Amino acid sequence: MKTLKDVKPGEKAVVKKVHGDRSVHQRLMDMGVIKGAEILVRKVAPLGDPIEVNLRSYELTLRKQEAESIEVA
Amino acid sequence: MAFHYALVGNPNSGKTTLFNELTGSSQHVGNWPGVTVEKKEGKLKGNKEIVIQDLPGIYSLSPYTLEEVVARDYLLSAEPDAIINIVDASNLERNLYLTTQLMELKKPMIVALNMMDIVAKNGDKISVEKLSKKLGVQVVEMSAVRGKGAKEMAEALKALAAKAKTTVTDVTFSDHVEKAVQDIAALTNLSRFESVKCFERDEKVLKQLSDNQKSQIETIVKACEEAEDDDAKSIITQERYGFVAKISDGVLTKNTSHQMTLSDKIDRVVTNRFLALPIFVAVMALVYYISISTIGGMMTDWVNDVLFGEIIPPAVEGFLTNAGVADWLSSLVLDGIIGGVGAVLGFLPQMLTLFILLAILEDCGYMARIAFILDRLFRKLGLSGKSFIPMMVGTGCGVPGIMASRTIENEKDRRMTVMLTTFIPCSAKLPIIALIAGALFDSAWWVGASAYFIGMGAIIVSGIILKKTKLFAGDPAPFVMELPIYHLPLPKNVLLQTYERGKAFVKKAGTIIFVSSIVIWFLQGFNWSFEMVDANDSILASIGNIFAPIFAPLGFGNWQSTVASVTGLVAKENVVSTMGILYGFEEVAEDGLEIWGNFASMFTSVSAYSFLVFNLLCAPCFAAIGAIRNEMASGRWTWIAIGYQCGFAYLVAFIVYQLGSVFVGDASFGIMTVLAIVVLAAGIYMLVRKNPYSEQR
Repeated sequence: MKTLKDVKPGEKAVVKKVHGDRSVHQRLMDMGVIKGAEILVRKVAPLGDPIEVNLRSYELTLRKQEAESIEVA
Repeated sequence: MAFHYALVGNPNSGKTTLFNELTGSSQHVGNWPGVTVEKKEGKLKGNKEIVIQDLPGIYSLSPYTLEEVVARDYLLSAEPDAIINIVDASNLERNLYLTTQLMELKKPMIVALNMMDIVAKNGDKISVEKLSKKLGVQVVEMSAVRGKGAKEMAEALKALAAKAKTTVTDVTFSDHVEKAVQDIAALTNLSRFESVKCFERDEKVLKQLSDNQKSQIETIVKACEEAEDDDAKSIITQERYGFVAKISDGVLTKNTSHQMTLSDKIDRVVTNRFLALPIFVAVMALVYYISISTIGGMMTDWVNDVLFGEIIPPAVEGFLTNAGVADWLSSLVLDGIIGGVGAVLGFLPQMLTLFILLAILEDCGYMARIAFILDRLFRKLGLSGKSFIPMMVGTGCGVPGIMASRTIENEKDRRMTVMLTTFIPCSAKLPIIALIAGALFDSAWWVGASAYFIGMGAIIVSGIILKKTKLFAGDPAPFVMELPIYHLPLPKNVLLQTYERGKAFVKKAGTIIFVSSIVIWFLQGFNWSFEMVDANDSILASIGNIFAPIFAPLGFGNWQSTVASVTGLVAKENVVSTMGILYGFEEVAEDGLEIWGNFASMFTSVSAYSFLVFNLLCAPCFAAIGAIRNEMASGRWTWIAIGYQCGFAYLVAFIVYQLGSVFVGDASFGIMTVLAIVVLAAGIYMLVRKNPYSEQR
């Protein structure tokens, strides 16, 4: 399963499904991470985690652990 | 009868600016009952009958974060008559997601379409009329930051209040899902909003239904989940976004040429892999420098030393002597009351300066970047990247440090930060370090340095241990966070927020500080027959004698240490000055130079170090305790914090003394040593054990 964690900075990906535990799942979806959403990975934080992405014209940060629960095409 | 508006919107949508514009200085800030979430309400400028309740910035009405729960509970309560939904036009779709949920509440609503200036700058276009028609509510175009639209907004609010009617469009879903929700509504007779919540298996709503209804609902939902091959919540979320897409189609025209915004350009530098940390250090150094070292520090010193040192006390003393006032009353006024008030006001300059700087950092958007950069470090401790600032500020003074934790959104993180911030030595503890270092360690440099390491160690260890306890365990809060666009902070917002927070501190914390200063003044200056005496013969001294044995296992079971530590609760510098008084010196140098000899004869190097550790880690001064009370918004949590700090300090000092004494040869291996080893082992166990509360998959 390819997840958002595997996407490198500068690359785009389209969300296939959001897994993860209740609160992470809900939070991600509330922020617009739903099936079909296009995400652009911007960069990784200086200490290696979290990552910054762009979706629906705004900047979002999330931990790699949370990115792992986003399955992408 | 007042007309209540609930102001709802995403974080970073300009809500605060709008609220300030509409209510001016008639705001009232407090906390929602029992939680650390800030509660703000105010009256519409020039119209006392319209009350606006500012709700926490939220992305959704799902009951996961505390802010969402607070907002949702308020919206569902009887109080709000209408809703003001502020929408960030430059982020239309994500903002409309919340709007669809608000629409389901079927209350009269006005939409403030904010940040239209950014939309224009980006080259995008939004048809306000079409949006208004599709939503079924009035949409007021705004650019709050530029002051545009505020007047029209106020007019719209007044108009709706005069004739409140609900014209909100129905939010409909696609076939299967729509039918399922309608079936649930028919079955339970609940409102549309609650029916959808039932579909999402929302526990709070389901609670009120019968088991029969619940199982019927479950059947309906399961059928839908199979048909869509997805879970209920995801289905609803996708449906909502589908509805949002239908709205924005034809309303929003995006400029297709992608240009890097100014924000992106700034972030290229600020969160750059190599530059981020140095820039961060520089910014923090600047904040510290201005608030503690220079402006803030200077003003606080002036208030303490000049205003309450040279101006007020002599003047009042002169007045009292001339008036022939009794000794005890004179002392009460001068030492007790003025001392107490001075303690409260003394902190204000530093605190206000710091608040202004933090408000600027928060408003401009840099604070979110700090959390982003530091998250990896702090998350292991159950803290947030934003926990750094309270602790850094705490090295100057714990009071503004604790107050600075208000910027941390997650309640558990915030509580933990408040609890642990005072482990770092504040500047008032430096005299204690100097006394011990000078009297027993020949002023060796490493004594001071070790104090900071012990403080940091205490924070790290406590963070890890506490994370595994029932109080702080639980689903780790998702870090998913928006990085808002940078913008210049509005002076009005900054000043208003600073004023409100300063006021809250003076009221809440001020009371505790004031009362406790007077209590200590009394205990220290009187004996059991209520005669004025020297500290040596006071009630406090006799209490000290009673409690001294408790500290024997820590190496300082003498009453002087107990008394000094207690007076340290008023101000940490008092530990040194009280010691001085107890040894017969009315005044001593800041580091207690005069009593080094006496001190050395009463302590061994190990027991002195143990005394140092205890005073460094135990409960902070009353001002800080007051700040803790203010931030925790709960008496229970305040006691938990103080109890933990004292307990932790006691055990660590115990271990230090017992094992230290054996190590340097002062004492031989004995029962106490064994006990200390047991405590240490227990501590290590709590540190390394597996988290019993981590997610069961």
